Amino acid sequence: MEQFLAVLIDGIIYSAWLFVAAIGLTLIYGVMKIVNVTHGSFYALGAYAAASITGALLAKGMPPSLSYVVLLGSALLVTLVVAPLIERGILRFMYVKDEVVILLITYALFLILEDAIKLVWGVSPYFIAEPYGLLGSFDVFDLTYPYYNLILVGVAIVCGVGLAWMLGRTRTGKLLVAVIHDTEVSRAMGINVERMYLFTFTFGSLLAAIGGAFTAPTVSVVPGLGVEVIVLSFAVVVIGGLGSLPGAALGAVIVGLVRSATIHFLPQVELFVIYLVMAMVLAFRPRGLFSIAEARKI
Amino acid sequence: MSAERTPRTLALTLVAILAAGLFAPQWTLFLLTIALAKGLVVLGLMLLLRCGLVSFGQALYYCIGAYAAGMLGRSTGVSDLLTLMLAGMVAAALVAVVLGFLLARYRSIFFGLLSLAISMILYGLLVKTEALGSSDGFNVLPSTLFGVRPADDWVRYAVLALAAVVTFVAALAVHRYLGTPLGRLAPAIKDNEIRVEYMGASARYAIHVKYVIAAALAGLGGALAATTVGHIDPEMAYWTTSGEFIFITILAGTGSVLAPFLGALIFGIIHTVAFDLSPNTWQMVLGAALLVVIVFLPNGVWSLFRRRGAS
Amino acid sequence: MTTIKKAVAAAAVAALVPAFAAAQGAAAQGEAPLKIGVVSFLSGAAAGPFGVPARNAAEITIEMLNGEKVPAPYATKGFGGAPLQMQLVDEAGSTTTQVTEFRNMVQRDNVDIVIGYISSGNCLAIAPVAEELKKLTVFFDCGTPRIFEDRSYKYVFRTSSTATMDSVGAAFYVRDTIKGKVKSIAGVNQNYAWGQDSWSDFEASMKQLAPGVKVATSQMPKLFAGQFNAEISTILGAKADVVHSSFWNGDLEAFILQAGPRGLFKRGTVILTTGETAMYKLADHIPDGVVLGARGPYGPYAPDNALNKWFSKTFADRYNVPPNYAAYQMTQAILGTKAAWEKAQAANGGKRPSIDQVIAAFERLTFESPAGKVEMAIGAGHQAITETAYGVAKKVKGKMTVANVKRYPATMVNPPDGVKSADWIANGFKK
Repeated sequence: MEQFLAVLIDGIIYSAWLFVAAIGLTLIYGVMKIVNVTHGSFYALGAYAAASITGALLAKGMPPSLSYVVLLGSALLVTLVVAPLIERGILRFMYVKDEVVILLITYALFLILEDAIKLVWGVSPYFIAEPYGLLGSFDVFDLTYPYYNLILVGVAIVCGVGLAWMLGRTRTGKLLVAVIHDTEVSRAMGINVERMYLFTFTFGSLLAAIGGAFTAPTVSVVPGLGVEVIVLSFAVVVIGGLGSLPGAALGAVIVGLVRSATIHFLPQVELFVIYLVMAMVLAFRPRGLFSIAEARKI
Repeated sequence: MSAERTPRTLALTLVAILAAGLFAPQWTLFLLTIALAKGLVVLGLMLLLRCGLVSFGQALYYCIGAYAAGMLGRSTGVSDLLTLMLAGMVAAALVAVVLGFLLARYRSIFFGLLSLAISMILYGLLVKTEALGSSDGFNVLPSTLFGVRPADDWVRYAVLALAAVVTFVAALAVHRYLGTPLGRLAPAIKDNEIRVEYMGASARYAIHVKYVIAAALAGLGGALAATTVGHIDPEMAYWTTSGEFIFITILAGTGSVLAPFLGALIFGIIHTVAFDLSPNTWQMVLGAALLVVIVFLPNGVWSLFRRRGAS
Repeated sequence: MTTIKKAVAAAAVAALVPAFAAAQGAAAQGEAPLKIGVVSFLSGAAAGPFGVPARNAAEITIEMLNGEKVPAPYATKGFGGAPLQMQLVDEAGSTTTQVTEFRNMVQRDNVDIVIGYISSGNCLAIAPVAEELKKLTVFFDCGTPRIFEDRSYKYVFRTSSTATMDSVGAAFYVRDTIKGKVKSIAGVNQNYAWGQDSWSDFEASMKQLAPGVKVATSQMPKLFAGQFNAEISTILGAKADVVHSSFWNGDLEAFILQAGPRGLFKRGTVILTTGETAMYKLADHIPDGVVLGARGPYGPYAPDNALNKWFSKTFADRYNVPPNYAAYQMTQAILGTKAAWEKAQAANGGKRPSIDQVIAAFERLTFESPAGKVEMAIGAGHQAITETAYGVAKKVKGKMTVANVKRYPATMVNPPDGVKSADWIANGFKK
């Protein structure tokens, strides 16, 4: 019983992390139809910004309870500076190109950003542990979990619900849904698609940065942080269906629980179990679990 | 470049390589051989790209080719370069025949991502296999050519010469294939698959065939790379390796069967120059170079050579 | 037209290459500078904890050697009077890239000696190439014992012990410091060669020293996983007496940060075989009693000799942090090469020795380093053995130190010449 509960809790925590990491990717794909490799860079940027800014402020005597707000603020700051620059400066001219070419452009940008991060923050690891330990921990039978993990789950829920609300209730959201379904018709209807793209790219990257920022207190922020996230996020998003928000949530939960169960019961296959799940889902539902219906063009 | 001139250009290039190789420094010969090996993989990718498909996991076959060659050498002591390359090619092709049944059903991004998933599964399996050295891999026996181990100073040239000949044959074969009815289906499939089906051709079959050819080429390249570098490890199946191949594919352009090799050579040079000039920021240099090529040469470097007027 | 254009382009490329090579320039003879190719991680995850400290150590050691500021017996300039020039190469990228860059360094840039390599995969790939190109190559950090156990080399040397020593030393430390019988062990190691080998060495050693010990769980998360909640839960549930980990850098720090608040360090003894690299930065998060390894007698375990005093002070003054084991190992490699070079030079009547003479002097050499005595005793004289040391973390007046230090002589924790590590452990560490 205890082990089953552990699998469940570990799975949910990991799923929450995966969801926050992946949700921006699915949003950007859904609206802009681009596979955004810089997603990993924004995750890393968020983590580095959060770690360095929070660390600096804590050293200056900021009360630790404010650190959660600072984490969010750092992610916001770094995204608002970098994302519009990328979108307006480079991507904007590339939308006419092939899907794969845009992917490669984002890959090139990712390489550039990796070294840019290294130039700004150096190669030494950063960490800020105060937010992690501050809230104490709780016990489930024999196992201790820090409350911080619940914050991570909370962030995931807020992001998911918030995004769903935005897409369904706000004007911008509804315009985005229109663009997701058909860009040409939206443009014909007078929607400023370019503005939507800018908004989506920034918002999607912000979500990635938030993922990185809130993960930062639990890990050591090192170069290469973004690389692992890219492939994991892709896997989650593909399983759930590219462009689908509930898909990303379901994908994250499936991957999180499967991985957790594997670690507890069959550690040897943990290395590639996520790709196995991805391959199996794709084999039976080629477009992922929840995919947006697409009309067949003749 | 019109199709009839390609075989002539291929032959001229082969002669040029064989001749220039006699005078070039050793490290250039090595660089050229690796460029040929990668070029073979990219040739296969180009074939798929003409159908509108991008494989994010072509490194799978590159790796299979390499491990097939290495394991054959380790278990039987065979070190003949041509045999090992052919073994790599056959191994990769066999796997592709099987996987093709699954993959030929997918298009665009999903094709890419599923192939990525499969290559990562192989990576995971190889890392777990301690008998094959796990993530450290293992070394390959020094190659012999038709039973002879060339003198130390001539090894690199001999390997390059054999690689150039094999590549010439492969490129010529692909070029001829592109002229056959099945080969010509590629751009048609990319444009509108349903019309192809209405015409009575099977898009799925055509794609399956091209997939196997691309895999065979990748296996050939993988075996060549493995024996040239002398070492095999699971990273050959990692997604960053696939990324490198796609990088070269786009860099090169799809205009001709010569393009992949030119692209691979240029990539190799940029990579090495970046390492040399800025060991601390070579990634940035690489990324910037790629961006420049994509922005200013959207049809790849090959578009510089395209004849004006003719396609 | 296009054919000619293509030919011109090919010729241009072919011309670019020798022009590029010529630009590298060749050194004049005489007290000609020695070009040392230094290969270390300058990007990626391994740069922070190992690559950059090692590069810094190379920079400062070479600078001090050229300035004759190193204490005896290394007081002469450079190597035997010839000043040293460093050419730096990033160890990042695939093995294909590394082999390419090695060949470029040797054949295009004409380096005299290559010192470097942290990744075992790279060491395995480079060794045969060094042999083929007949270039003296000194590995300073990579851990796999396979290099000299799988075959022998003339041109390749390694000046620090293999990774076997880490796990065997840890097992001896467990035997010597844990009261009562150790009934079960658990491991959490990265799922690649380094982690797999470290764990199997530890498991095999413990089976020799504590017969009947059981493996409660062996966790093998992906390299750079960063998130270890599930692994920690499993280990907590497994209730092992000893937990072994060879994690490094980001994973090590993440593990410490995540395991602490969950009480892992309170349940049983935790051994971190590369813990030295994180001990100062994460001092607040490592409770007393955690066993810390430094992959040998480095850092806090280094002896209090003149060389160590010089090295730790000079390094800390320049780079504002104490040197860690990667830095020690790099300096050890450079000083060892210098010792071999100068021994060969002395035997050659004071004239510049040939590489063959240096190799002959290097084989079975014993030399002093900031970490103590190094003997090139196994691998037919090409592989070094050193003693090792383990201790537990202990905070004294708020500063992190090590306590209960136990040292193990070189022959106790390294296999004898000609015996494979795995066999040696399985045979009960027979000397």
